[in-house]
Amino acid sequence: MSDIGATLPQGRPARIRLDNDALVKRGLMIVIAAYLFAALALPLYAMLSKSFTTYSFDLTRYEFQVSDESGTNWSEPVTAKALNDKLSAVPPADLDTISDGRLPATSFFPDFSFRSPVKYRIRGTVENAPYLVGLDPFNSIEWKEVDSNTFRRVMLRPVQSRSLANYKTYFSTPSLFLSIENSFFIASVSTAITILLAFGFAYAINRSCMPFKPALRLIAMMPILVPSLLPGIALVYMFGNQGYMKELLLGESIYGPLGIVIGSVFFTFPHALIIISTALSISDQRHYEAAESLRASKWRTFWTVTIPGARYGLISAAFVVFTLVITDFGLPKVIGGQYNVLAVDIYKQVIGQQNFEMGAVVSVVLLIPAIIAFIVDRIVQKKQVALLSARSVPYEARPNRRFDMACLGWCAVVAIFILGIIGTCQFAALIKFWPYDLSLSLKNYDFDRMDGGGWEAYRNSIQLALLTAAIGTAIIFTGAYMVEKIDGFRTARGLFQFLAMLPMAVPGLVLGLAYIFFFNNPANPLNFIYGTMTILVVSAVTHFYTVGHLTALTALKQIDKEFEPVAASLRTPFHRLFARVTVPVCLPAILDISIYMFVNAMTTVSAVVFLYSTHTALASVAVLNMDDAGDIAPAAAMGMMIFYTNAAARIVHAILSRGVLSRTQAWRFR
Amino acid sequence: MTRKLTLIAGVFAAALNSSVAFAATELTVYTAVEAEDLKRYAEMFNKDHPDITINWVRDSTGVVTAKLLAEKNNPQADVVWGLAATSLLLLKTEGMLEPYAPAGVDKLDSKFVDKSNPPAWVGMDAWVASVCVNTVEAEKLGLPMPASWKDLTKEVYKGHVVMPNPASSGTGFLDVSSWLQMFGKDEGWKFMDALHENIAAYTHSGSKPCKMAAAGEIPIGVSFAFRGAKSKADGAPIEIIVPSEGVGWDMEATAIVAGTSKLEAAKTLVDWSITKTANEMYNTGYAVVAMPGVAKPVKFFPENLTEKMIDNDFEFAANNRAAILEEWAKRYDSKSEPKG
Repeated sequence: MSDIGATLPQGRPARIRLDNDALVKRGLMIVIAAYLFAALALPLYAMLSKSFTTYSFDLTRYEFQVSDESGTNWSEPVTAKALNDKLSAVPPADLDTISDGRLPATSFFPDFSFRSPVKYRIRGTVENAPYLVGLDPFNSIEWKEVDSNTFRRVMLRPVQSRSLANYKTYFSTPSLFLSIENSFFIASVSTAITILLAFGFAYAINRSCMPFKPALRLIAMMPILVPSLLPGIALVYMFGNQGYMKELLLGESIYGPLGIVIGSVFFTFPHALIIISTALSISDQRHYEAAESLRASKWRTFWTVTIPGARYGLISAAFVVFTLVITDFGLPKVIGGQYNVLAVDIYKQVIGQQNFEMGAVVSVVLLIPAIIAFIVDRIVQKKQVALLSARSVPYEARPNRRFDMACLGWCAVVAIFILGIIGTCQFAALIKFWPYDLSLSLKNYDFDRMDGGGWEAYRNSIQLALLTAAIGTAIIFTGAYMVEKIDGFRTARGLFQFLAMLPMAVPGLVLGLAYIFFFNNPANPLNFIYGTMTILVVSAVTHFYTVGHLTALTALKQIDKEFEPVAASLRTPFHRLFARVTVPVCLPAILDISIYMFVNAMTTVSAVVFLYSTHTALASVAVLNMDDAGDIAPAAAMGMMIFYTNAAARIVHAILSRGVLSRTQAWRFR
Repeated sequence: MTRKLTLIAGVFAAALNSSVAFAATELTVYTAVEAEDLKRYAEMFNKDHPDITINWVRDSTGVVTAKLLAEKNNPQADVVWGLAATSLLLLKTEGMLEPYAPAGVDKLDSKFVDKSNPPAWVGMDAWVASVCVNTVEAEKLGLPMPASWKDLTKEVYKGHVVMPNPASSGTGFLDVSSWLQMFGKDEGWKFMDALHENIAAYTHSGSKPCKMAAAGEIPIGVSFAFRGAKSKADGAPIEIIVPSEGVGWDMEATAIVAGTSKLEAAKTLVDWSITKTANEMYNTGYAVVAMPGVAKPVKFFPENLTEKMIDNDFEFAANNRAAILEEWAKRYDSKSEPKG
């Protein structure tokens, strides 16, 4: 054997030559992967590293000298560390602090008196030893001499280091730690209620012959068009202390868990409904016929046929709702009262206390449940087997007056709840001064006189939404195409797929904070986009990447893989194939992605609240800030502007889709 | 075609010219002044200095402070005009302010000027804590008018008081810091323990309590006088109470950000910001301004407010801020926590 190998001349190693097309494709994929890397992976890494940045007083860095009463004879220099070891004046735990910490130098001199003629000297033993005299910063290894009355104004400042101390502080601060429990409680209860309501609604839509289905479906989708904090504002008007229905609460306060749960059910309902409805719509009539002929009761059929068929959809919906609630920040901020949750903690730490490090720690904590929910959801989705085979017979509901009326009742309750919330907001926006002057006026729409950015914020929001829709759709669809229709390059495709799925698990608030750490670093060459519209677009596109990516993949999978080889053998460049076949065929999906991006960019608060600047103030953030300042009615008015804009966008989308369908999708109907 | 081109070129040149003639310098100015006042401030300034354009970056005190600190190593602002002195002190200890004695600084009340020489910041006006009480709701609920801070701890007010969270609101912090200064450390915390029993909610912003009181949502709001006067002018049935023990206050102040490349323009702006004209301009909203003798009474403002302002120790506030907030969070941050 080895002989033959030795005698035969070495041939050229077999290699598939990369043609131009493949090179271009790979190049494009690398560009989009680089985008995801810079817009997602690196910022998250910057945040993680920030959470390990700690500030502590390093006592070895300072030396003191004390004079006698004459003020001329000085003692031997002694470090603060040596003094503290002797006196144990400052317990080690108190040496860990935040970036703004101060430690009085007098702590190390128990017999200090500001009246004494004794003088003091302080210096750093190393280059970086910051301290304050009064409010003036010093940082030097030269001695600084002060009299005793000034010495009491000497404050040591912390130095930066890296350790786990932030996490230790976090888990030993009860008020912070309690938020984890609160967040889980809120998210679990909201999930249970939403899933129950949405299942009933989806069941009624798919399995009954009740009337008004299209109208009910339309109403059920409304909450997706408004920012999550809008229901909070409506609930204040309905059940607050001056609320017009507050008697219904029997003295309970709407501010707190109750308000958060009701609001969460409102804004997560459509998300759950879409998923469960899809799960229920694919079912096989034959299973039900079999159950009937086996004389199974309706009840038994429900538990043995319907639920198992929909179980993956239910689990998936539950995780989506859970993640949405636990990561939402607008609603608990508006209606949460004193009930602390994780997402609001991040905001409070960063905006209220300027404690960026602790904000990063809470963000990491918030990432954990979101990632777990995401992983479980992925596993469940993989287990989902095709329920529908070629021989399946789609389920057709038979009219049953009593059942249909019950379904209608259930859906009507949900619809009234949704319309009630949205109606209340519109009503509140038009009232002059609730509850003392109920005359109608448009004064709440005079946004330029309020905090939050005025009408400019509204125009900015539309600009952001349009840019996000256009750029996001282009990037996402091209990226998905490269993943789906490229050959070879396996590892890179796997990595790309992972990066594309990751945004789903990253809460918007966490992404925003990560962007501050990453982009607002002068050493970062991308620093110039900080504070511009660009960073808002990047953040929005990244935050909503996953759903668009999945939509695009689904559409692309429907196109036969043979198109590429055929095009290649006809020497048609891939960009022509892409423009002439792929894009037209996938146009409905592309329109869906762009409306999804548009609507979400209009409503998101969490992804942009840390990133907007004065010239890029946004409508959704204006709602938050106006509510914050107590201007609740204008906040409701701005929220309704977002609603109408999104509704209009939806209508345009529907008209476009119909036009596009008739022109490009004729092949679907022979 | 050529005519079109010439036309375009002409328009271009004109645009270029006008921009050169008009906006010689652009200053990025960070501020926490109320949105509705900003336009007026810029117009008044441009009357005297049309060659300097102000680009406002406006947000609440907490956000602007956070932004400035985040940009510590790469400052974007040239000037800070209208931010809480407590925040500016924080920036000063980080070495972020450019010391500058503006022309005519000696005409200002010394309380309103930083003690360093040259001063790192100069004050504009004071905003003073007050309590807004909704008279209609108070009557409905049978609540007597409170006259002092200690009154607010009485049993009758349980659940009827709202105040800003000191961790996120400058007004909230000046309240807490004033109580600790007036009552002493132990008494101060004891007072807050008792007050905490009556608090319905801690809000994120300082103006919200007064607006909540104005809307009757919670009858008593610990807020600041300026906000109360505005709500009253809007027709809200509220009374502005100045507690008898004294009230905390903070000032809005101006400073140059260290490292600015437009130092001359920044100095011009700060010079102007302490002129008589500027002080009169601040007076439309604030009853107490930095230049003595300028202030005229403001409509709906409580009369005895100036006498009741405590002798605020800003250095105490800045140096103890972190410790106070930590203690506050430990005691009150979550109302659902078991009380101990």
